[in-house]
Amino acid sequence: MLIRIKKASDIDSRELTDKAVYESRREFLRSAGALALAGAAGVGGLLASAPVTAGAKLSDYKKGAYGAGLEPTSYKDITNYNNFYEFSTDKEEPALLARDFNPRPWTLTVEGEVEKTGTFALEDFIKPHALEERIYRFRCVEAWSMVVPWIGIPLRDVIKRLQPTSKAKYVEMRTLYDPKRMPGQRRSLLPWPYLEGLRLDEAMHPLTLLAVGLYGEELPNQNGAPLRLVVPWKYGFKNIKSIVSLRFVEQEPKNTWQVINGREYGFYANVNPQVDHPRWSQARERRIGEFLKRDTLMFNGYADEVAGLYAGMDLKKFY
Amino acid sequence: MSSKPYNHQALKALLFAVCLLPLAILLWDAWQQQLGANPIEKVMRRTGDWLLYFLLLTLAVTPLRLLTGWSSLLRYRRMLGLFAFFYALLHFLNYLVLDQFFAWHEIVKDIAKRPYITVGFTGFVLLLPLALTSTNRMMRRLGRNWQRLHRLVYLIGVLAIVHYLWLVKADNRTPLIYGALLAMLLLLRNRRLQGWLAARGVGRRSAPAATLRNPQPPAGSAPRA
Repeated sequence: MLIRIKKASDIDSRELTDKAVYESRREFLRSAGALALAGAAGVGGLLASAPVTAGAKLSDYKKGAYGAGLEPTSYKDITNYNNFYEFSTDKEEPALLARDFNPRPWTLTVEGEVEKTGTFALEDFIKPHALEERIYRFRCVEAWSMVVPWIGIPLRDVIKRLQPTSKAKYVEMRTLYDPKRMPGQRRSLLPWPYLEGLRLDEAMHPLTLLAVGLYGEELPNQNGAPLRLVVPWKYGFKNIKSIVSLRFVEQEPKNTWQVINGREYGFYANVNPQVDHPRWSQARERRIGEFLKRDTLMFNGYADEVAGLYAGMDLKKFY
Repeated sequence: MSSKPYNHQALKALLFAVCLLPLAILLWDAWQQQLGANPIEKVMRRTGDWLLYFLLLTLAVTPLRLLTGWSSLLRYRRMLGLFAFFYALLHFLNYLVLDQFFAWHEIVKDIAKRPYITVGFTGFVLLLPLALTSTNRMMRRLGRNWQRLHRLVYLIGVLAIVHYLWLVKADNRTPLIYGALLAMLLLLRNRRLQGWLAARGVGRRSAPAATLRNPQPPAGSAPRA
């Protein structure tokens, strides 16, 4: 289902920032980020031989139409507050533990109900598509949120190129399993590898993105390098990181959090202030960098674009 | 008691300062903006951690006394208990003021609907009478009832662990470790286990187990910390 995107839903009066201010802030943040990284590199050089690699700049990307008026969360916060259990269940540790993770070379397997199956080098997989910046709200199931200037390619373009068969109803994605490089996987806390899935029409929605970068740079390791999913109207855990496989399937996949606790985490995981997590309220959220909690928006503020995907569904049941 | 009273006074003052260190570090980190991306969450965790540590330390006094025979340890128990309450108060105030910013409607809903908050809040409320009756005067006034009342701390310990267990998403290692510690500290209060240990020479230097179960208020104890 294709619904024309209205910019209106992206603009909440409290989120409006003068464009020039926003641009200059971004410039400032970028140079501040670079400075911090340079500083870290200096200190790191003293402490350890491991180089601190600043994310390579991504040059050729166009500014997407999304997120005008949203004020991005700082680079520092986006890259130092991560839920990435493959490295640690602590939110500050992935930035440290993933520092030496080398996401190159990277291959991606395409399998299942699709014409173009095979294993592809990441570069070849991305090359046919134009990179685009999308500034999206990001809402964690733990009731905190950010605004992230992602850079990536619409998943729909990739799927069209891969040509799923008529049997393909869902796409299942898998994170790398490599306990040597991902220390969190040495414990069987989650049934590794991490697995997520989307209904094909969700995956084909124009908002759904395969991200390769943020803030104009390649994805930092702790944010899911080199390739991650971004579905802005769903809770963060749907946004699977460090993807190594796309599988097109007929049956609804069982995503990891649903497997370990299906009462609390469902397949859909749409942001919904009216459906609470069994243990806490989802009505409000703390935007990182803000003091007062703000109201959580239906479908994370993307209701105009995506509500149609769930017409007639009981969202209390399909949480 | 082997050492002289003034030593205890000095040690008490030192202990008092040490117990305030976690708060000092927290304030320093806040001042230096070193509380990370989500400072309110970090304050919640730190105060929660420290209230639990102090609860466990308070509950460790009696078993330690039994094992080491250092009956003067009892002199410091009240201060440890009051610091458990102090960090619990900060934990609660952080929730009330910084986290919820007096959103009473949400708070009432939280307490009624969210089991981990219900349990945590109950634990905090139960700590109040213990803190209020921690003075020498209240000890004297309540007599035997003082002890009955203060056995609530066992339940509070259990509530704290349950609160912790119910709030984590998947990684429950830490609350389980503290839960095991608490279980051990509670088990060591079992008279039969004490007898069994004593028969094997553990805690021989200590007073008979029977008096350990009913410790008297420390004689000539210092004014309320």
